[in-house]
Amino acid sequence: MTDQARHAAAVSPDQALGWYRQMVHIRKFEEKVVELSGRGLVSGSTHPCIAQEAVSVGCISALNAEDLVLATYRGHGTFLARGGDPKAAMAEILCRETGCCKGKGGSMHLCDPDIGFLGTNAIVAAHIPIASGVALANQLKKTNRVTLCLFGDGASCEGAFYETLNMVALWKVPVVLVCENNGYAISVPVKKSLSVAEIATRAQGFDMPGVSIDGNDIVEVYETTRQAVERAREGGGPTLIECRTVRWERHSALSAGFYESREERKRWQVVDPIPRFRTVLTDQMAIQASVLEEMEQEAEEAAEEAAEFAIRSPFTGTAQLEQDIFA
Amino acid sequence: MREITYSQAINEAIREEMRRDPDIVLLGQDIGVYGGTFGVYRGLCDEFGEDRVRDGPLSEAATAGFGIGLAVAGMRAIVEIEFMDFSPLVLDAVANQASKMRYFFGGKVKVPLVLRMPSASKLGLGAQHSQSLESWFMHTPGLLIAMPSTPYDAKGLLKTAVRQDNPVIFIEHVRLYATKGEVPEEEYNLPFGSARIVREGSDVTVVAIAMMVQEAVQSADELEKEGISVEIIDPRTLAPLDGGTIVESVKKTGRLLVTHEAYRTAGVGAEIGQVALEGAFDYLVAPIRRVAGKHQPIPAGPLQDEVFPDRNKLAAAIRDLMEEG
Repeated sequence: MTDQARHAAAVSPDQALGWYRQMVHIRKFEEKVVELSGRGLVSGSTHPCIAQEAVSVGCISALNAEDLVLATYRGHGTFLARGGDPKAAMAEILCRETGCCKGKGGSMHLCDPDIGFLGTNAIVAAHIPIASGVALANQLKKTNRVTLCLFGDGASCEGAFYETLNMVALWKVPVVLVCENNGYAISVPVKKSLSVAEIATRAQGFDMPGVSIDGNDIVEVYETTRQAVERAREGGGPTLIECRTVRWERHSALSAGFYESREERKRWQVVDPIPRFRTVLTDQMAIQASVLEEMEQEAEEAAEEAAEFAIRSPFTGTAQLEQDIFA
Repeated sequence: MREITYSQAINEAIREEMRRDPDIVLLGQDIGVYGGTFGVYRGLCDEFGEDRVRDGPLSEAATAGFGIGLAVAGMRAIVEIEFMDFSPLVLDAVANQASKMRYFFGGKVKVPLVLRMPSASKLGLGAQHSQSLESWFMHTPGLLIAMPSTPYDAKGLLKTAVRQDNPVIFIEHVRLYATKGEVPEEEYNLPFGSARIVREGSDVTVVAIAMMVQEAVQSADELEKEGISVEIIDPRTLAPLDGGTIVESVKKTGRLLVTHEAYRTAGVGAEIGQVALEGAFDYLVAPIRRVAGKHQPIPAGPLQDEVFPDRNKLAAAIRDLMEEG
């Protein structure tokens, strides 16, 4: 029995199908974004989370509705996993007035406080202390809400990360820090940027729990995050979770892509979390393939619908230019 | 009217606001029982407790980030940076996050955050504890910036700053902390974007910032004896900048000199000069002049006096200006 299959035994079919649906929706959405980018419809660049869907869906599904999420510019999947409207996301990515941020943020800035999604940030690691401040506010107000912060391996090399680890451990801030280690910071592989084999070991220096897991195993991501969220909610403080994953072949749709090795670039196709979980569903949980095919078809249609909605929507106009600078 | 110090005025402003609004939290280093590096927070920890007057590690960047997080989550954060010279450590939080977040999220968040930071000068502390770096912040859209020169302005502007739903850079001055001035007992707030005419005059307009307001007053007293009438304007806030008051004054006097302790090159004086040029070009009878900090690292020890402007340098520059046209 594989680890994933063993974990899956603890999951209900409904939950498992819900995860699969979300992962496939994210995949199809991102593939559509890449397609639209290729057609010149995306403003600037875009940073797909293709191959990292299990992290977004797994850890966000461990939260309550009142909890809060902050993520990175590679964060379309987190927005969708939190229940964000794919049409509003696509419109934002295409800078249309119907976008979730009125088309002024673009691909790297999605936000919807109504669903507890306090935004994606485009400065690496900057949102880690911000997320922790959000968590501190909830600690002070005794709301019982937990804040989840996702960031990449590159962020784990920034000063803001280390300063924040010290402070959240010191103050027992109810935050769960999820590091998506996809192996690369743009072109630099982790073997050239990290002094440790596992980012999770950084937690030891701050006397907080750190755990390194297979980030492409959605059950493991969910279960690990669930425990960390529970711990944070009960006043036990923060946890650092390293989700080892892989990145789609390029950093962004615009990246040229000269990387360490061609083999590495293709690695994600082998460890892709979606077909992997699909096998668990069909083989271990006896889900009919037709059910999954239907979901895949739905996801395809939803992505197309989001794209059509976005393309139909007007670009954000001049009337919005100077709005929202000050409250 | 009673007189209190600039430091007491700031303390009172924060104390009153914290009594009024339980969501205000102070972050920084040495702000707890120690009462702040310069004692500005004395007694606040006793009154409001360690949760709300939160001493933290020497991690300015993360502290500012925490402040933004508190603000976004519905509280109000006041972050103290011990010297303005340390503000580069929080520049990302200010320039890329707090000032732009509301915009790039399409108005879906508010960032009620005040970053207090004192500039210093002539304390003999050398290149890393003597700078006025306000132009860095003025160059950043999305910020409000106050730089008060009197206890009255400090209290009134800080109370306004704390009630803003926007990020505010509040620049104090270490050498002003002990200065006294009239401050009413009763509550008041001062608006941003409203300059104060410190002294009326007819020959030359001097726009003076922070510490240089006092120096300008001394120069003006001296020049008055020589028959030169100096009008002094304290912008009080740099963002928004009350360009209208400055332009009107220049239209009246025909001459403008801007003075600040910050480095002259690309300093706030250059911006103010240009505002006057655009608004009152036809009225100018002489070139716009600046009396500002020398554009070089600041030395420790007596040599420091050579880099900073003072009342004598200012008076000399005003005399020259009068001769130019």
